[in-house]
Amino acid sequence: MTTPMLSLVLIGVLTSCGVYLLLERSLTRMLLGLLLIGNAVNLLILTVGGPSGNPPLFGRTSAARTITADPLAQGMVLTAIVIAMGVAAFVLALAYRSYRLTTVEEVADDPEDTRVSRQTEDEIEEDVVHPEPPLDTEEPAALDALPVHSRKAQEQR
Amino acid sequence: MTLASALTPLPVLIPVLGAALTMFVGRHPRLQRTISLTALTAVVAVCGMLIYLTDRRGTIAVHVGGWGQTVPGLGPLGITLVVDRLSALMMVVSSIVLLAVVFYAIGQGIRDGDERQPVSIFLPTYLVLSAGVCGAFLAGDLFNLFVGFEVLLTASFVLLTIGASVDRVRAGIAYVMVSMVSSLIFLLAIALIYAATGTLNLAELALRLGSVAPGTRSALFAVLLVAFGIKAAVFPLSTWLPDSYPTAPAPVTAVFAGLLTKVGVYAIIRAHSLLFPGGGLDNVLLVAALLTMLVGILGAIAQNDIKRLLSFTLVSHIGFMVFGVALATRPGMTGAIYYVAHHIIVQTTLFLVAGLIERQAGASTLRRLGGLAAASPLLALLFLLPALNLGGIPPFSGFLGKVALLQAGAQEGSVLAWVLVGGAVTTSLLTLYAVARVYSKAFWRPRADAPEGALSSAGPSVLLDDADDDVSFLERDDVGRMPLGMLAPTMALIGVALTLTVLAGTIFSYADRAAGEVLDRDRYVTAVLGESR
Repeated sequence: MTTPMLSLVLIGVLTSCGVYLLLERSLTRMLLGLLLIGNAVNLLILTVGGPSGNPPLFGRTSAARTITADPLAQGMVLTAIVIAMGVAAFVLALAYRSYRLTTVEEVADDPEDTRVSRQTEDEIEEDVVHPEPPLDTEEPAALDALPVHSRKAQEQR
Repeated sequence: MTLASALTPLPVLIPVLGAALTMFVGRHPRLQRTISLTALTAVVAVCGMLIYLTDRRGTIAVHVGGWGQTVPGLGPLGITLVVDRLSALMMVVSSIVLLAVVFYAIGQGIRDGDERQPVSIFLPTYLVLSAGVCGAFLAGDLFNLFVGFEVLLTASFVLLTIGASVDRVRAGIAYVMVSMVSSLIFLLAIALIYAATGTLNLAELALRLGSVAPGTRSALFAVLLVAFGIKAAVFPLSTWLPDSYPTAPAPVTAVFAGLLTKVGVYAIIRAHSLLFPGGGLDNVLLVAALLTMLVGILGAIAQNDIKRLLSFTLVSHIGFMVFGVALATRPGMTGAIYYVAHHIIVQTTLFLVAGLIERQAGASTLRRLGGLAAASPLLALLFLLPALNLGGIPPFSGFLGKVALLQAGAQEGSVLAWVLVGGAVTTSLLTLYAVARVYSKAFWRPRADAPEGALSSAGPSVLLDDADDDVSFLERDDVGRMPLGMLAPTMALIGVALTLTVLAGTIFSYADRAAGEVLDRDRYVTAVLGESR
């Protein structure tokens, strides 16, 4: 089977443009990148499905061709297009919502990630539990506890 | 038409019909709940019958719509659904988890504000997700596996961003983008495999891929593995998971953590053993498994937020399953199958308990939590049992699954396998450390000692609203006791996890038979294509 060079080149160009756009931070560009890659893959499925031919319907011919086109590839591409369309609509809605909420439409960093990576020694130290001696006497707490603890004890009450 | 072939499409059909019905009755929350519970209970029953039938009578293959005629050189013309022991077990465990979580979500909704903020979209989407999960497990060809994945992913997009608050939109965007990329890579793999063989039916592929050149075969396998690796969160492709899961409502996170990654693991098992046996990438998978385990658990140790910590342990324990699969021996596969069942249940339970903690204490970060053991001993027990199970303390199922995997690794005996055994032991110790840290801080330490213990969220979070406005802990609304509707499913799942221990002999012998069936491709191929292939 010979493969048409043109469509292969087109697939390559579409994919590389898609990957480039996908690496951006702006949501619309990322979506365009996804759509480009999706189209490239769909084109690839059509290309590998074999050469063009008669429509895959019983008894229909077109332009006196001798072979029938592969119906499975067409079915798969149709399904993939429908799925991509639905998800694209959803992404657009998300992008709009994100824009309404934050007035930027860029992919943001995870705040918790940033916090963990910036965690300093002090914060880790602050997290360590210093066991308190049990207060088992009737004495006022202020006498045998550190000021910090007595303040916390008051908060607790 | 036999009973088996009549039952097979039902795990997909029932939830889809249920989703349609619940959409129609969106204004009647009670009716919606009844329909969802009935549908998912029916799915559990059907899956129970399917596991019995497959174990007794062998693999069931159904050609939907009667398009069963096999044209020589083309394979089956129609859509094939296949249930063997592995997919039957996965469906039973998944349907139990789906039912328990929908109970929990309904219980939470009834108690904490569905009356004020009715969410008519939650239950239909949840049912669509269930259909997608079952569809992926039933798929007998690659393209329907893709469709199953897409159905469950699209439903999960909606569930993850429900309410569309700032955090959820941010997490949702990352999740949608990564999922879409993985789907496109999967589609690319489908195109390439179709180009190389001219079919997508799994059984027919198993026959034809043998005659493809070894280099091409490895390349095809690698593309598939990247696609499934993103979905299963295997190490270099796992970073999306801890960023996106924790912001969703508790039941949603629980069901995602339990099921979505495991569908990816299931797909890896199928690709590895049915399509590309001896695919030559076992060492790559082993190294990926090792890194997944170690990097995941080290990430968990650094976290303060319980849900994020649990997400990292989820990533880490995916490594155990990949380890078992990559050994490519029968004991390894047995261990992996048992571990998948164990992990689906225990990870879901832990996220449900995290939801309860968040509801009762008004926070999920360890910087604020404290004193929970005194406040609610029951909650402490509910957390401790699955936590010890995850850490692999005998006699829980986590211990049994890990021992099975370690034995399989030792039996294989190569240097890399021994390194993996060491890594697995380290990981379980560190897992124990991570959950013990949560226990000692959130449950044992007095709340006054927590750095931000005085703060908490204003009230119990409901589906739509993630309640991130801080108030003083003392001024927090009284949430009352834990609602029975949330407690009962959590306890039930803990009970199921204990059953995995009590019936360990039966379940292990079943897992062993399933592993034998997975590794012996002829049975699968014969069941789908018939004897006269």
